[in-house]
Amino acid sequence: MFANILISEINMNDNSRRGFMGKAFGGVAAVGAVASLFAMKRSWDPLPSVKAAGFTTLDMLGYKENELVTEKWRGKPIFVLKYTEEMLEAMDEAQKPRVITVGEASYLVTLGLCTHLGCIPSYEKEDKSFACACHGGTYDIVGNVTKSPPPRALDIPPFTIKGNTLVLGEVGPEWLKMKENGLTL
Amino acid sequence: MKELFILGVVTVFTLVTYYLVEPFAHHTLHKHVESEAFAYNDLSAITKVGDAARGEELVMGAGACTGCHSINAVGISAPMDAVSSAAAYGVNPPDLSNAGVVYDEKFLNALIKNPAHALAVEHKFDANIGEMHPMIPFYGAGGDIDQEVADMVTYLQSISVSSEDLTPAMAFENACGRCHGLKYNQWTQIGNKGSFKHKRDELSFDIQVLDYKDSLKAYMGKLPPDLSMYIRSRGEHYISTFVENPQNYFEGTSMPRVGVSADTAEKVIEYLKDAGDTKRDEREETGKYVMIYIIIFAIFSVLWKKQVWRDLH
Amino acid sequence: MANFTKATSIYDWLNQRLAIEKVEKVLGSEYWIPKNINFLWAMGMILVVTFVLLLVSGIFLLMYYQPNVDTAFDSVNFTIMREVGYGWLWRHVHGVAASVVFLIIYIHMFTGIYYGSYKKGREMIWISGMLLFVAFSAEAFSGYMLPWGQMSYWAGMVITNLFAGGSLHADGLVEWIRGDYVPAQAFLTRFFMLHVLLVPLAIIGLIGLHFGALRIPHVNNLDGEEIDFEAESKKYLAGDKAGSKVIRFSNDFMSKDMMVVGFYLVFFFYLVFYHYGFAMDPVNFDPADGLKTPAHIYPEWYFLWSYEILRPFSTDIGLMAFAFSQVIFVALPFLDRSPNAVPASRRGLFKYWFWAMLIDMIALTAMGKLPPEGAFSTIGFVAAVVFIGLWIALPIITYFEKKV
Repeated sequence: MFANILISEINMNDNSRRGFMGKAFGGVAAVGAVASLFAMKRSWDPLPSVKAAGFTTLDMLGYKENELVTEKWRGKPIFVLKYTEEMLEAMDEAQKPRVITVGEASYLVTLGLCTHLGCIPSYEKEDKSFACACHGGTYDIVGNVTKSPPPRALDIPPFTIKGNTLVLGEVGPEWLKMKENGLTL
Repeated sequence: MKELFILGVVTVFTLVTYYLVEPFAHHTLHKHVESEAFAYNDLSAITKVGDAARGEELVMGAGACTGCHSINAVGISAPMDAVSSAAAYGVNPPDLSNAGVVYDEKFLNALIKNPAHALAVEHKFDANIGEMHPMIPFYGAGGDIDQEVADMVTYLQSISVSSEDLTPAMAFENACGRCHGLKYNQWTQIGNKGSFKHKRDELSFDIQVLDYKDSLKAYMGKLPPDLSMYIRSRGEHYISTFVENPQNYFEGTSMPRVGVSADTAEKVIEYLKDAGDTKRDEREETGKYVMIYIIIFAIFSVLWKKQVWRDLH
Repeated sequence: MANFTKATSIYDWLNQRLAIEKVEKVLGSEYWIPKNINFLWAMGMILVVTFVLLLVSGIFLLMYYQPNVDTAFDSVNFTIMREVGYGWLWRHVHGVAASVVFLIIYIHMFTGIYYGSYKKGREMIWISGMLLFVAFSAEAFSGYMLPWGQMSYWAGMVITNLFAGGSLHADGLVEWIRGDYVPAQAFLTRFFMLHVLLVPLAIIGLIGLHFGALRIPHVNNLDGEEIDFEAESKKYLAGDKAGSKVIRFSNDFMSKDMMVVGFYLVFFFYLVFYHYGFAMDPVNFDPADGLKTPAHIYPEWYFLWSYEILRPFSTDIGLMAFAFSQVIFVALPFLDRSPNAVPASRRGLFKYWFWAMLIDMIALTAMGKLPPEGAFSTIGFVAAVVFIGLWIALPIITYFEKKV
């Protein structure tokens, strides 16, 4: 009742003020709407528990030469391949920087997802290469692309070397160097 | 008439699209393997007439079958339980009670003499470099080996149930169920899970299954998949030709040729249908009535339209 | 305050309060539709019927479906398919309807393109229709995630990866959409929410807009003729039903629609009971496994044409071509510069444009499923280039079109 009287008062006395208050009210409502959008955006964010589960420790002594092992990190497959002496000797300068050395041995450690659209390539033991069945891309022994469509080499997950173990998800100096040299994302 | 022509155009374009994305694409994407009707043409047939009594002696004696296999039908139980057997051999050796009806005669003949060859896993078990199949070949008991094997096969056939009495579940459990679980029928690699009064009994059963699966995984390279929905995910033809010889599809796969008879294969398929396409009979039955109803519905819709439009033309 | 009198019947009682007589006239008996139409004008009603089938079957699936990564697959394939009474029926109806609805949408769209039903005041009908197409695509995609089979998982992986924007590497955005580094629990539950609530709400709202957009410009007819609905409806009401160029929405138009619906339902239920395989990919009967990609990953048939536009190019160009193909149809009323709103057969070069577009999209659809090798790869590339070329050519050829 009171509100009705107030509004009719304003209507009668000051039309421009009604217009202004209408806009001001609209503005206040918009602030609330935008603020709630922030809350909505946050609700879609990955949960803290999901983020915390983002570290995986690999014991590098347990791998056999030329035998691809698929580990799991953040729900994604990780390829670990221990290189043989012959493989290391046959590498050229473009391949060597991607080799990860832990202790005595050298390894390939990459995300096992094709950089094209995320399928899992398979390791061809004889050819010493990776082939993606989805769109026909292939990679060499260090994960460099040998046949498109993949736009870049297999990604190397962030890692740090601790003794004979490799911690995935933690950024170490070796990985940082690779990233700076543009070997991985 | 023009309307019928337009309908024709719409139909043709729809069918062309359908043909390209379904039959044509499937034909291109998937390898087609013709069935040989479980003839096992690469294996040689039994030429001798077997004698069940002598076969029994060999199975129990010189053949040493019962050293690993149980024959429940004649009261011989397994030397070890399923989990320990799997730990020893990789997989639990099958009970031989119905082997004579579940497996093909030619296959049994070849299996006893050379398991890795009959099972088509010679790429995995190469005797020349000391990789022996866990089932030891029968080298003969001093006489004619062909005759001896024929006797053993005849004995196994003599103790088996008749093929009419072999149920789909028996066929599946013996031929497939020691490697493949089928959880929609409560089947695990070590038997039916059944129900448990106490949680701890259930957990202890589950642990046995896990132990078994670990041995199996080490033996096969990966855990053989659960087959609950295989009838929908692979279809009858694929399963049938795959079982006939897995090498047809995946060269180098560690799944052995199981050597089932054509009749057993049909029963296995039926079992898988009961698991993954349980309501197929109800679907057929309901389908009939719904089609009859919907045609009546369509007829009435035409009649109504005709009545309403009588004045409009 | 309106004047209420003692009601003489339930109808009268309701009429005083809800004006149902007037509502019935506005929506039905005095909503005028041109008489000069064919069965293609019934696609709207078929879509309504199919949407209702989806809604009803979906409600019953919802009673037993569990949006949990550990139980989703079994709740569908064991509980619904084996245990729930007629659960298999709801699932087959839902799956087949989800596929067939796109066939009808495409027929509906190409009918609109052929007869120029997006011109002369009908632009909003077209635009709201294209928004419905987008909403239905979102609904289909989110629904495809729910059984949590291999195709659900990998389609979810590949499609959400598109949001990384190629060289932009917006991995944060992809993870934000998924709520995890890979499709997992958060992903399944949010797509479940989208599928059963948010997107259906949007669809229902857009259907209202689509129908509303029809009121002022009216339904188009076979010749694109501008009908004086006022005069023609007077003629009809005066008794000259045969001479009038318009008919009532109900029951005149309705009865014809329902006849087509009758034939359609025979086709539909035949598919549900005897030929459902095309709508339920076998690969999706394998439970989701993040460590094993299926040998071939392809979307459902109705997305194949846009998938194929993505595929033959390098990542960035592919994404741009894909984005182009997703939005370009909305702009059709503005790219068509011709003043003619008549069937394509009477429209010079546009006639060829129409059939070329249709055939090109079918070629893209076919190549989208086939492995991208050899001749298929080449045909796919050519078809994708032709698709883009046709859209670039459209304003030019229609600008020079002669007025009929």
